[in-house]
Amino acid sequence: MTPEKIHDALNAAHPGAVLAFDPNPKLPSIKVAPSAWKAAAKTLRDACGLDYLVCLTSVDRGAELEAIYTLETMGETRAPIHVRVLVPRENPVIPTVEDVWRTADWHEREAWDLMGIVFEGHHNLVRILCAEDWEGHPLRKDYKSPDTYHGIKNNVT
Amino acid sequence: MAESIQEINLNNDSPTRDNILITSVDQLVNWTRRSSVWPMTFGLACCAIEMMATGASHYDIDRFGSGPFRATPRQADLMIVAGTVSHKMAPRVKRLYDQMPEPKYVMAMGACTVCGGPYIKHGYHVLKGVDRLIPVDVYVPGCPPRPEALLEGLFRIQDKMKRERVLDRERKGLRPKLLVE
Ligand code: SF4
Repeated sequence: MTPEKIHDALNAAHPGAVLAFDPNPKLPSIKVAPSAWKAAAKTLRDACGLDYLVCLTSVDRGAELEAIYTLETMGETRAPIHVRVLVPRENPVIPTVEDVWRTADWHEREAWDLMGIVFEGHHNLVRILCAEDWEGHPLRKDYKSPDTYHGIKNNVT
Repeated sequence: MAESIQEINLNNDSPTRDNILITSVDQLVNWTRRSSVWPMTFGLACCAIEMMATGASHYDIDRFGSGPFRATPRQADLMIVAGTVSHKMAPRVKRLYDQMPEPKYVMAMGACTVCGGPYIKHGYHVLKGVDRLIPVDVYVPGCPPRPEALLEGLFRIQDKMKRERVLDRERKGLRPKLLVE
């Protein structure tokens, strides 16, 4: 399906879910409201044939945190479509899609670990890269490295 | 070693002819020790690739008596910390070091283990030098150090072994210190 058709199908199935659409042929993207994301994800997989979640990444946009889902159809060579979900920094909660695409499981844990986005409904949302007792989310722009970790100084002189 | 061995010929007809050598215990023990330095199989990041090259046929660390990379710390003399030590990995590195029997030696291979390397400024997760965790005998700088540099590091460790005394179990003066700030 072309990005335009995907956008139309999504709009028809979930009115109000699509907040913005960029048909750029190299990097088509759809901005989806967080509240409607779970249902929209199922439509994208089942009705639009986007059965492969290539990557889930996140961006710190200052007042908002953004999760970006890269979706493809297995076997097709068209440019992947990106779904952007933006949530406020104070309350960054996005419904999980690990039961829609299994790839999302570890990727969501990584986005939680490094960016602090909470994926509501994830069965095991714990840190995946940093140590279990790490504090803070290192890829946020306002992150400060700890001075010591387990008694080992982290300073550089 | 060669100069300090004395051959004794008591009697040309004796059955022990050409068969008695005299040396000091220190020299004998140090010679055996430095001729079979067994490193631990233990690579943390990109530097380990260079360590593997050093162990393979082209650079052939076996020539210098340090071939057998052991799969357990309990059989190893030398810990080559080859790669980035993250804060998450640090307790494991310490544990492996503690499991090695004395006398043990540590080589910090690469900029990462020497001081934090490329991660020195923004690497929130990287230990800024493995000498904050375990005492280091020899530092081999480079990112990554070439196999020749690693071999040079091994020679410096062997030089260190040459100076040891058997009766000095504490290795006074030769044991490296932990970095204290
Ligand atoms: S010093 Fe360079 S090559 Fe070695 S582990 Fe660090 S980044 Fe990799």
